[in-house]
Amino acid sequence: MDYEFQWRPVLRSLPEMLWGALQTIEIAGLAMMLGTVLAIFLALAKRSGKKYLSLPADMWIETARNTPALFQIYMLYFGLGSLGLQVGSYTALLLGITFNNAGYLAETFRGGFAAVPETQTRAARSLGLGAVQTQWHIVIPQMLRAVFHAMTNQMVWSVLMSSLGVIVGLTTDLTGVTQKLNVVTYRTFEYFFVAACLYYLISKAFTLSARVVAWRLFRY
Amino acid sequence: MIAIENVHKQFGALHVLKGVDLSVQKGEVLSMIGGSGSGKSTMLMCINGLEGIQQGRITVDGVEVHAKATDLNKLRRRIGIVFQQWNAFPHLTVLENVTLAPRKVLGKSREEAEVIAVEQLSHVGLKEKLAVFPSRLSGGQQQRMAIARALAMSPDYMLFDEVTSALDPQLVGEVLDTMRMLSKEGMTMIVVTHEMRFAREVSDRVAFFREGRIHEIGSPDQIFENPQQPETAAFLKSI
Repeated sequence: MDYEFQWRPVLRSLPEMLWGALQTIEIAGLAMMLGTVLAIFLALAKRSGKKYLSLPADMWIETARNTPALFQIYMLYFGLGSLGLQVGSYTALLLGITFNNAGYLAETFRGGFAAVPETQTRAARSLGLGAVQTQWHIVIPQMLRAVFHAMTNQMVWSVLMSSLGVIVGLTTDLTGVTQKLNVVTYRTFEYFFVAACLYYLISKAFTLSARVVAWRLFRY
Repeated sequence: MIAIENVHKQFGALHVLKGVDLSVQKGEVLSMIGGSGSGKSTMLMCINGLEGIQQGRITVDGVEVHAKATDLNKLRRRIGIVFQQWNAFPHLTVLENVTLAPRKVLGKSREEAEVIAVEQLSHVGLKEKLAVFPSRLSGGQQQRMAIARALAMSPDYMLFDEVTSALDPQLVGEVLDTMRMLSKEGMTMIVVTHEMRFAREVSDRVAFFREGRIHEIGSPDQIFENPQQPETAAFLKSI
């Protein structure tokens, strides 16, 4: 083995990689927010007891949880494309991770909803709050607290899944940028080592900020 | 006026109410007593439409509770209810617990709602606890908060469903005192209770429930001193 580490090219392209990291944060964060909103609707649909709502929700959740994320992103990129709905690689990746997040989170939220006692709904309705107001002000905040730790895991997963964008040709996120630099320089180990460190830092940053949010939000 | 006519309520095969007739006038305090499973709590839940009925009619100031066209959310603004399990909203402070419904249901501004809430919370002796979360309150304090929360909607009627049953004995007194105060202020109240001394003291009338019907109804003096039905006498003796 006479491979010599050369770190200088990596250092020189660090700003470029940091821009890529920023896009990774953007995609993972957006996919998490959209996924959370969708997951609430999916979980409510499953709890509704109405077949025409619970069946599609079930299909979504089952597919998201039991097929590879890679396949899900592929399907959105090429599948939608073959239906004449051309989406870019950024959008396909964002939608793919959102789809996956929503499926996993919906299952978590279903357990969270079950942890909020039915008497809370009764008390809210007895004050004249409507069904939607009761969900929004009383049930969902308590549900989110019950599942917050599980959500943090999904957040990290969301960051790591975003690296799959490279398979649909994304070149602007952290993995995309790294891959592009690698092809030009062949400093594979150095580039991917730094990229891995950046992924680690991003994941930790997400977990930490989640803790801060929880500390601010759940004072009770 | 609350008018209940021939109300039947079934949970599946279980026939809980078997034809209840009753009317409660403005300003009246009516207590409902009776063994567990006699239907008194269910009756209360039917009055504000938290439970449906299979037969009969309940009207509140002429509005039929179980009619399809009735806007229950609107009707419930006028009927406060306090539950056995006090049901504080754990994620909201005491003040937020009380301001929520006036803001979201009555459309009051935060400032207006807070004025009302502080007034009601002072009324039940919780002025010092505004910024506290319910988990920091005793059961008695949580139950008084629930009363303030219902009163903040300025209801015309207050329903109490065994509000002291889940409390430690030494906390019962403070909640009953709050209810006593309300009755003195002329609030129309229907009180499901096992506190016989309290029922006797504050009620204008007492209804004894047995097997899904009102078995006997009359003044507290009649029910407690001189019951007309042998089952009433037997129930009062048994507790």
